[in-house]
Amino acid sequence: MMVHAEEQSLETVDTGVLVQKAARMKADGWRLVQISCLAKDAYEITYTFDKDYACAHVRVRLPLDAPELPSITGEYFAAFTYENELHDLFGITVKGLALDFGGKFYKLSVPTPFAPKPQQPAK
Amino acid sequence: MATRTVVPFGPQHPVLPEPIHLDLVLEDEKVVQAIPSIGFIHRGLEKLVEKKDFLEMTYVAERICGICSFIHGQAYCQAVETVMKIDVPERALYLRTIWGEMSRIHSHLLWLGLFADGFGFESLFMHSWRVREKLLDIIEETTGGRVIFGTAKVGGVRRDIENLTLKRIEGELKTIEKMSREMTDVFKNDASVKRRTVGIGVLSKEDAIALGAVGPTLRGSGVAQDMRKLGYAAYPNISWEPVVETGCDCYARCMVRCREVHESFSMIYQAIAKIPDGPVDVKVTGAPSGEYFARVEQPRGEVIYYVKGNGSKNLERFRVRTPTFANVPPLVKMLGGCELADVPVIVLSIDPCISCTER
Repeated sequence: MMVHAEEQSLETVDTGVLVQKAARMKADGWRLVQISCLAKDAYEITYTFDKDYACAHVRVRLPLDAPELPSITGEYFAAFTYENELHDLFGITVKGLALDFGGKFYKLSVPTPFAPKPQQPAK
Repeated sequence: MATRTVVPFGPQHPVLPEPIHLDLVLEDEKVVQAIPSIGFIHRGLEKLVEKKDFLEMTYVAERICGICSFIHGQAYCQAVETVMKIDVPERALYLRTIWGEMSRIHSHLLWLGLFADGFGFESLFMHSWRVREKLLDIIEETTGGRVIFGTAKVGGVRRDIENLTLKRIEGELKTIEKMSREMTDVFKNDASVKRRTVGIGVLSKEDAIALGAVGPTLRGSGVAQDMRKLGYAAYPNISWEPVVETGCDCYARCMVRCREVHESFSMIYQAIAKIPDGPVDVKVTGAPSGEYFARVEQPRGEVIYYVKGNGSKNLERFRVRTPTFANVPPLVKMLGGCELADVPVIVLSIDPCISCTER
């Protein structure tokens, strides 16, 4: 018997239209489920939404150097937890956060522990 | 305008077994704003994928929480199994359902006790935990552990439960169910419980959706959403409906959990009656390549497990969004306008699990 795999859509958008996209999702009745980040050759930030068990992901990509993202807390206030997390763990600057902890959301012994480490020059 | 005072609540507080902090802005005794603060014990477990391979990560997932341990492991396994297109034997899916529902009952009984303790009903607290102990004995017998089950495994489960044992356990569960019904009747009918919970910590249906509430916090505000309806494990073969209350207050959230305890017993009986014979796991070869967001219903609500693999033994990314993390913004909303004396009860009403949140 196959493990259940739900249908999930994935749309990649430009950072410039992210807030508009979030506003449309909100107006259509979608619930913000989570925001996650993957740091590899670029920052890949995935916003997940749910409506009547349908699951939709919206993804944006940011460069590794000086990553900056507009906040969607104007549309989804609950995003403040995820966006502060993006800042504290990955070092992403989030502009326009409705509740900005200024880097104190997590009490970390290492700054931005999830950000890619700079390559060490070969000796 | 009354003078405003900021009262710190937590991270150490008698009702908080784990650290969360709230700055409560008060006008006299009324809370006008609550600013949450977490991250006191952030463990960075997601980072462990760099050191542990995707099979070992099951143990890490099970240890994210000491209460809903099994369902964490199950959700992780489901995410990896979906990426790797693994056919899990049907008996394993039923066993996951049985252990998952036992996990839900023991979590809710634990919470009911803590909730009673939160408003000073000590004998009810002790009674809840006395009933829970009997269930923990069954969990220990079938898994070897009392809270960390250790039975989740990519490709199935690590242990089987003999059919004869399942039948005997069903009898014992019926005794525990009878005891739990007597106890939940007190939560439902007792005047002192109602006095501390009815109309307290109101979260409207609209706010619950807008603020991303999950689990009993969402269903207590009249939204019939439960991720078990997505159809994983053996849930499609079991007759059940999401438990919904429309009171939107602490009492409604308590009633959702009381009724979910009863429904979980019913689910276990149905699973025991329908469980097929057969193997409980399959051999897993290769490594995950691809990505998937698994959504599973924990006692506290929807948990998200994101895995991304590149074909190597170590995942590229392992991400967990726990239910309490999602319920922090709704908690902030509930606290606005409440009396200072009600803050502990309202905080407890979301069943906060900071261990999960600080994964």
